[in-house]
Amino acid sequence: MSTTLPEGFLPKVLFLAENYGPAYLDGAKWTLIIALIGTLVGCLIGFVCGVIQTIPIDKNDNICKRCIVGLAKAILTVYVEVFRGTPMMVQAMLFYFGFIQYTSYRISPIMAGLIVVSINTGAYMAETMRGGIFSIDKGQTEGAKAIGMTHFQTMLYVILPQAIRNIMPQIGNNLIINIKDTSVLSVISVTELMFTGKSVAGTYYTSFESFTIVCAIYLTMTLVCSRLLRLVERRIDGADSYDLATTDTLAHTSGMTNYPKPSDKY
Amino acid sequence: MTQKPILEIRHLQKSFGKNNVLKDIDFNIYPGDVTSIIGASGSGKSTLLRCINVLETPTGGEILHNGANILDKKNKITDYRAKVGMVFQSFNLFNNMTVLENCTIGVTKVLKKDQATAEQLAKQYLERVGMLPYIKAKPSQISGGQKQRVAIARALAMQPEVLLFDEPTSALDPEMVGEVLDVIRSLAQEGMTMIIVTHEMAFARDVSTRTIFMDRGVIAEDGSPDQIFKNPQNPRTREFLSRFMNN
Repeated sequence: MSTTLPEGFLPKVLFLAENYGPAYLDGAKWTLIIALIGTLVGCLIGFVCGVIQTIPIDKNDNICKRCIVGLAKAILTVYVEVFRGTPMMVQAMLFYFGFIQYTSYRISPIMAGLIVVSINTGAYMAETMRGGIFSIDKGQTEGAKAIGMTHFQTMLYVILPQAIRNIMPQIGNNLIINIKDTSVLSVISVTELMFTGKSVAGTYYTSFESFTIVCAIYLTMTLVCSRLLRLVERRIDGADSYDLATTDTLAHTSGMTNYPKPSDKY
Repeated sequence: MTQKPILEIRHLQKSFGKNNVLKDIDFNIYPGDVTSIIGASGSGKSTLLRCINVLETPTGGEILHNGANILDKKNKITDYRAKVGMVFQSFNLFNNMTVLENCTIGVTKVLKKDQATAEQLAKQYLERVGMLPYIKAKPSQISGGQKQRVAIARALAMQPEVLLFDEPTSALDPEMVGEVLDVIRSLAQEGMTMIIVTHEMAFARDVSTRTIFMDRGVIAEDGSPDQIFKNPQNPRTREFLSRFMNN
């Protein structure tokens, strides 16, 4: 490993990439891990919050149910407003240093980062989920109720699958935002990509070159993720066409892709 | 009548705020009855049907199902709804499921039958409405008339005691109305108990055993289709029908 820094922009970038490649990749790994887990957990928090926010309260419901649901909704509103209304960097510092100062448990920066990203994403997803549920036509709920489904069954089998499909682009947005915004966790010394970039930049006074590499890695990660999410969306949508389930051979001329055997019983 | 009624509607009222949509509705539904409800828009036909299924909560009166008041809180509304099928104007098929899944979900999740039984039931009724070849299609991939036939199969798969139709052909193109009416007609011939809210006057006259004319939230006239369509007593009925039958 050569230790003398060459002259010129491109040679410097190549030098850093050669000598610190594994360090950058390790940082990128943690960025991805935190962003992915944070988004996933955040989505789960958001789904639950969104569902609770949309529980209908009827005048005829008993007082106990109305109180509990009302209280839960109030708490969730406060949660959403507080975590949407403050910067994640501040949340990370408050949480991490507060935790260290006032408890005996030595929380790792990565653990603290994961928790902050999850809770932060959850606050955004709660509102997204609420919007997603409201976007589903009332007829879907009525169709489900009319065959005797409970509110819970209606949500689980009919509304949520459609709502989640509709908010997939927003889930993708959140993942991409999280990949970039985990960079603020460098303030609590999480060794993610930004933190690595800063360390390398400091070693050789090569800020521009180091952050060029960092920038390229972030862009690669976000591009790959947005492509992957498109694939997932298409997977959820299912096939554009369908086969007629018939053994009537006269129907087979109408452009079928799979011919069922006459022995197949439908 | 010696038979016991399936449904007894007693002094049913529904108001939205100050607007009284249903005022003191009273009638019985006996097994095998095919009741058509006709009337002008805004007369309360659809609201009445939605109240029978408690999609709208009535503001007064009683609905007795086999003698038990379903508006009483002790009785589980979901059990009742499973026995009273509903077909909507806008189909309301579940968009996230295939035709087959639309028809099995209620059987497995509400009636708690196993998947094989549910599929067998669903296929039996899909065949009945001529939609068996389309079991793999999503609702977005089939036509309006086909959707409505699937919706009927979905309701039938629950093996309901009564089937409610809320303007089943109003959202359909004219050339698709026939296929849906044919299905309903054949159900009537088999003795299915049905309540049909419709604007298809000729169909109501031919298929029903009883016709109710609603006007401004009350039952203005109630009788056999012959009586209502050929010799209406109420001047409002006469006025309404003359608009429909003369063109």
